[in-house]
Amino acid sequence: MARITLETLRHAYMRNPRAREDFALHSVDIEWEDGGAYALLGPSGCGKTTLLNIISGLLRPSEGRVLFDGEDVTRRRPDQRNIAQVFQFPVIYDTMTVRENLAFPLRNRGVAEADIAARVAEIGTMLELDDMMDSRAAGLTADSKQKISLGRGLVRQDVAAILFDEPLTVIDPHLKWKLRSKLRELHQRLRVTMIYVTHDQTEALTFADQVVVMSAGEIVQLGTPEALFERPHHTFVGHFIGSPGMNLLPARVAGGRVTIETGAGDPGHQAGAATEVVGDTAIAVANPAAGDGPAEIGVRPEFVRLAGEGEPGLQAALVKVSDTGRHRIAETRVGRHTVRLLVAEGQGVPEAPRLVLDPARTFLYRDGWLAGEAR
Amino acid sequence: MTLELRQVALEVGGETHIHPTDLRLERGGFNILLGTTRAGKTTLMHLMAGLERPTAGQVWFEGRDVTGISVRRRNVAMVHQQFINYPSLSVFENIASPLRVARMARAEIDARVREAADLLKLTPMLGRRPDELSGGQQQRTAIARALVKDADLVLLDEPLANLDYKLREELREELPRLFEAKGAVVVYATTEPSEALLLAGHTATLHEGRVTGFGPTGALYRAPGDLLTAQVFSEPPINLGRVEKRGGRVALAQDGAALAEWDAPAALSEAADGTYTMGLRPHFVQPANGSGLPEVEGRVLVTELSGSESVAHFELAGQPWVSQAHGIHPFEVGLTARFALETARAFYFDGAGRRVGS
Amino acid sequence: MRRTNQIGWLFVAPVLLLVAFNALIPLMTVVNYSVQESFGDNVFFWSGLQWFEQLLNEDRFHAALGRQLMFTGIILAIELPLGVAIALCMPKKGPFVPVCLVLMALPLLIPWNVVGAMWNILALPEIGLLGYGLNAAGIDFNFTQSPVDAWITIVAMDVWHWTSLVVLLAFAGLSAIPDAYYQAARIDGASRWSVFRHIELPKMKRVLTIAVLLRFMDSFMIYTEISVLTGGGPGNATTLLSIDLVKKALGQFDLGPAAAMSLVYFLITLLVSWLFYTLMTRGEQ
Repeated sequence: MARITLETLRHAYMRNPRAREDFALHSVDIEWEDGGAYALLGPSGCGKTTLLNIISGLLRPSEGRVLFDGEDVTRRRPDQRNIAQVFQFPVIYDTMTVRENLAFPLRNRGVAEADIAARVAEIGTMLELDDMMDSRAAGLTADSKQKISLGRGLVRQDVAAILFDEPLTVIDPHLKWKLRSKLRELHQRLRVTMIYVTHDQTEALTFADQVVVMSAGEIVQLGTPEALFERPHHTFVGHFIGSPGMNLLPARVAGGRVTIETGAGDPGHQAGAATEVVGDTAIAVANPAAGDGPAEIGVRPEFVRLAGEGEPGLQAALVKVSDTGRHRIAETRVGRHTVRLLVAEGQGVPEAPRLVLDPARTFLYRDGWLAGEAR
Repeated sequence: MTLELRQVALEVGGETHIHPTDLRLERGGFNILLGTTRAGKTTLMHLMAGLERPTAGQVWFEGRDVTGISVRRRNVAMVHQQFINYPSLSVFENIASPLRVARMARAEIDARVREAADLLKLTPMLGRRPDELSGGQQQRTAIARALVKDADLVLLDEPLANLDYKLREELREELPRLFEAKGAVVVYATTEPSEALLLAGHTATLHEGRVTGFGPTGALYRAPGDLLTAQVFSEPPINLGRVEKRGGRVALAQDGAALAEWDAPAALSEAADGTYTMGLRPHFVQPANGSGLPEVEGRVLVTELSGSESVAHFELAGQPWVSQAHGIHPFEVGLTARFALETARAFYFDGAGRRVGS
Repeated sequence: MRRTNQIGWLFVAPVLLLVAFNALIPLMTVVNYSVQESFGDNVFFWSGLQWFEQLLNEDRFHAALGRQLMFTGIILAIELPLGVAIALCMPKKGPFVPVCLVLMALPLLIPWNVVGAMWNILALPEIGLLGYGLNAAGIDFNFTQSPVDAWITIVAMDVWHWTSLVVLLAFAGLSAIPDAYYQAARIDGASRWSVFRHIELPKMKRVLTIAVLLRFMDSFMIYTEISVLTGGGPGNATTLLSIDLVKKALGQFDLGPAAAMSLVYFLITLLVSWLFYTLMTRGEQ
């Protein structure tokens, strides 16, 4: 097992990259602690698979270094790095049985047969593959095949890290959940470093202790699921994580005062139509609001509530309410902008509600980044 | 408009794919088919469209028996999970294709295509070919094609399943709005209970080729008629426990010892004494906080944190249980933890799987 | 899933008619000839299974069949491994892929009689580049006189002509293997041989089955090239089944025996193809 450090990595797939767009990865600096469960989260094309392949050694970065426990491995091949990787589509050796598949990486490394047998049996049990150990791997279902791919990584006791590249893509939806729990359980038991690439926030947040959010070849935030949820460092994180994502409203800052446009509360408006703008309202934010000019405020639907009787609040107009089973999502308009909030089951929403934004959870963003926060 | 299945069944080579099914689907609002993969959603859609002929029963549309009528002579549009477009045609021509088949006037085609493209934010892409589009745009093109056709019956077969999470969220918002004005019967297949709830409308739950329940989506979710419906309509899986009912009391028991005990709700107390299956959704199982609810102890197997939520998998009376709670709750894996059960929200099922009081 | 559609038969009918005219009617004519004795001027007598008995006991037929099997065996043993090897060496991505594919396809585009004529001229000891060259290098080579040299020439010609087909099929099979397989193998520390044995070969199995079948059937029916190159000689050294058949039917006008022989020939091809197919697809379920 190892601590993995990436130093000022840049990567371009073309030969002579010049412009910023030529790079798939811009200046990535990050340290992955030994034994951590990490997720690499971002939309398709954000560079997360590129980053993963650089860690495993399948790709050599254009610039920068990869260190395992402080040792430079940038020029080493994947098998010399002791990395295991599980791919989007299950990779199994069709001609072999499940047992032989699991034993393959050990055989290639010349491990003694007795040790192989013991280790393979142990991993087989751990993955609940016991009753199919001697069947041909080719005929199994996608989730069993994916377990075998994972097993080939786990059998190696010297494995430095296991990398997952969207491993649940081809798994039936109702089995995804089981396999995810299995991964989590294995991590809690074995404490081997795992890095999991996905575009699905549920998968990332439930699997990982630390989530790395990527956007356009750049890391926008590294943090615990709670931190990403409670204090997004970038509007992209606010939007991408959470369902529905963070409410973002254009704002102005003048002399330390943050204001947004607000409108009348005429109900019954179609989505897309604006309610009449009647003025500016000051908003309390949790981070410092130095410097004048345009900005954005962000607040999650979870931290917006309906004002109580006689309590002051932002005047809004109700657009619609949708049901998620556990709670409801109310879509409202404040001036020209949409604000969503979560409402408890059974709680009524008036046609012209007044909204209260939690000042400890409302943030000011400039050029997308959380104001007053070192990048 | 109404689509009606009357005792429709499909058998292939002695194997029953669809059990005799009665369904009445109305226009306005989505009709959702909810079930796991291979539950029979796609087959049922094929039967509705006339792509497949039922081995028994009839399909009625607008008071007319359309059972034997081929899909070509019926006005049906379908969107699949895979992004299906004509690869050599531009986005414009892809959207226009059903109108060209219908020999519509050029100006009319142009107007309709532009309107649909506008609704689906495809206007800048009209000149491109499908392989130059992102996955979301490709699926939008397929949806636009279904939209311009002004079909009587629109079938959407897991149209969002292959899209990124955020794109899915966006399109899910738009879809009901897009089809609302069309006056077609819209059928939408999905594997995700949360998707069914957000789309609202009516939902039919499917399990192994059988419709187990049908009704307004929210009502079906909150009052499923039987155990299968409750199981199909729950993600994470609904927690199940064997309970003993004696007089006015209910006990969750293991090997004769009661783990927790509470007063039976009105519906159950009228039922006969004996063993029932209790179903309790994960968000009604909360970390114990001394609120006076019945509490149980279970060994924690796995914990998951997702931003605002904690999920704990634990073992209770030999059954896997899940708790889903707001906020961050640290659980130690391998240790026992106490959970409170909101038993007032529990469902009780009799030996035949029927919900007591339904 | 779908039950038979009556209208479907209408669409298939033209093809059925075509097959009937092209295959069934000539085949029936052949069957008819094979059980009759002919005396020119369209005079035929019923002769029962006489020709079949005669054929199966005939040394000449045994010899031709033996030569045929040997030829097919040799060319399969060379063309398959060679074709796979070339396919493995070809670039998988980049601008050279289409260039390689076109180069590979060239021999397949040349008419068969031209192939025979080309190799005839190439191998002639007096003027051919190959024949003259070998002799100039001190190797005694004359395919018009030495049976061994004649065999070397026809095998070389067939390998040159048809290995490309195996290459193209194997290449198609190889390109269908996702990158992830190679990446996983690198991570598992698999050797080059392991990658071939456990990934490439199993993934190519289906196309190689087709390659074996096509090469078997084609080589069993080879006629034009050999007829042009050696005419079956020297002596009968390169008289394979089809050449023997034509000699019998056209040279000697033994229509009955020739018809019986072509039927036996047809049955052998069918049987061996079926055998190959079942053997190679066995265990796929």
